[in-house]
Amino acid sequence: MNRFAIQRIGFAVLALAALVVVSPIVLVIATIVVRGISAINWEFLTAIPREGMKAGGIFPAIVGTVILTLGTALVAIPVGVGGAVYLAEYARDTAFTRAIRLAIVNLAGIPSIVYGLFGLGLFVLFLQLGTSIVAGSLTLAIMTLPVVISTAEEALRAVPTEFRTVSASVGGTQWQGIWHVVLPQAMPGIITGIILGLLRAAGETAPILFTVAAFYLPRIPRSAFDQTMALPYHLYVISTQVPGMPEQIQYGTALVLLAVTLSMNGVATAIRSVFRRRREW
Amino acid sequence: MPERAGGTSGFRGTEFAVEAVIKVLGSSTIGFVLLIFVFLLREGVPVFLEVSPVNLVSTRWYPTFDLFGVGPLVLGSALVTATAIVIAVPLGVCTAVFVREVAPSWAREVLKPLIEVLAGIPSVVLGFFGMTVLAPIVRETLGAPTGLTAFTGALILAYMSLPTIVTVAEDALDAVPKSYRDAGLAMGATEWQTIWRVVVPAARSGIVTAVMLGMGRAIGETMAVMMVTGNAARMPLTLDSLFRPIRTMTATIAAEMGEVANGSVHYHALFGIGIVLFVVTFIINLTAASAIFSKRRRGGLR
Repeated sequence: MNRFAIQRIGFAVLALAALVVVSPIVLVIATIVVRGISAINWEFLTAIPREGMKAGGIFPAIVGTVILTLGTALVAIPVGVGGAVYLAEYARDTAFTRAIRLAIVNLAGIPSIVYGLFGLGLFVLFLQLGTSIVAGSLTLAIMTLPVVISTAEEALRAVPTEFRTVSASVGGTQWQGIWHVVLPQAMPGIITGIILGLLRAAGETAPILFTVAAFYLPRIPRSAFDQTMALPYHLYVISTQVPGMPEQIQYGTALVLLAVTLSMNGVATAIRSVFRRRREW
Repeated sequence: MPERAGGTSGFRGTEFAVEAVIKVLGSSTIGFVLLIFVFLLREGVPVFLEVSPVNLVSTRWYPTFDLFGVGPLVLGSALVTATAIVIAVPLGVCTAVFVREVAPSWAREVLKPLIEVLAGIPSVVLGFFGMTVLAPIVRETLGAPTGLTAFTGALILAYMSLPTIVTVAEDALDAVPKSYRDAGLAMGATEWQTIWRVVVPAARSGIVTAVMLGMGRAIGETMAVMMVTGNAARMPLTLDSLFRPIRTMTATIAAEMGEVANGSVHYHALFGIGIVLFVVTFIINLTAASAIFSKRRRGGLR
């Protein structure tokens, strides 16, 4: 067999591998959409669960996930973007900076359930915040930090040096240059990173298991120190903990969760691609 | 030194304050890693005093009877992770090579967003799919009593680690200079030969990083694994263990922490497992990071 024939077969094998990787993704999404779409109606999205969650809607879980995601954003955005500004604009290549980078890599690699343990140990018990939205949001925020920092730093570094030089040449201080010139230029990339981080937080179950998630709480949380239901945990509960659960409600819940995360993913991708086309440098 | 105008000293004050705040935010990640480790130790170390070492390394995890042997949990995690990696690495590396080196641009435009979508699907959704669709298929194919097996978990985990492996490996291939490829082709090698004998070997360290990061992802995965592996804490020592229910470290923490009394031996034991997970992923990421740090960074004001 000549080597060009080998190449053709080889390329076909590679294409097949790619197909094996992506086709189950399409299958998962299609299955959940097809089986879940019939459950979606106004009541399902806006009513509280009834009859041991076997009827009614999933409104408290949707609200809970929105609140937790906003709570996460409140902490992760300032700390994450600030950290990225430090790494991209201020930090020299010292042992300390390398330690920060090492910490980020490790935060990114810590299993989500270990974040859950940490949140339980520090926020719920030691700081006595109880199983609460505050404890859950703080736990999720720390988990989200590495994503926000890495993408925001990349966006800041992509802004050409000339922008900083020009700002300095008209008498701006370093911070003025960052605030008025560099950050606005890097903003689309930073926002993309924030959304990608929050998307992960919105879909996570393990970190909220012991820090905030309520098994069944058919109302809207009353304060930041209240527990709340959340979509990912609710899906776990109704698919493993409640016998005789109608499949339609399970798939409907999965579909809502999938729609939330995929639409966030879509927004992030859209911002990135629009920005890449418009960018003039 | 001449006196400065009030406005300027105001600037300098702001500048100083802002820089201090930014520096604190920048260093916060170190603080968080330390804080996580300290609190795991604080809640987990007592188990080593309360439970005899022989008990801890034994083969039975049965907290109701004060049996805290992590053997089945560690081996369970190892079996599922190893199998997932065996499935994911060839698929992931081939896909990365296809996307970067072979695929026409339209195929790349379809493949890359799809892989990103996979990274964004919540693990509980994949676990749910695994339970309701994949497990019955596994059960019927194997003729086993249950489809909730180590193998089912490994399949799901393989797909969960694929986005990491593909993306990082693709970056590694991307970093190989075009001149390497040109040289290979100029020597009369086919593209296929150039890819496997020049480009992939040149990207080796990045590909190893990709595999390490994928493995870290797989070991730490919790919800999907808990939902599809059947959660039986038994030693996976026989050949058919892969096709029987199993229990991982992560699933044990997730399943049992909700039911234990704070401060009990069982509670400390679950934090002890957390310490093991933390240390294992720390080592994996350290290894992966050493490859990342050896790569030179570009851009930015320096």
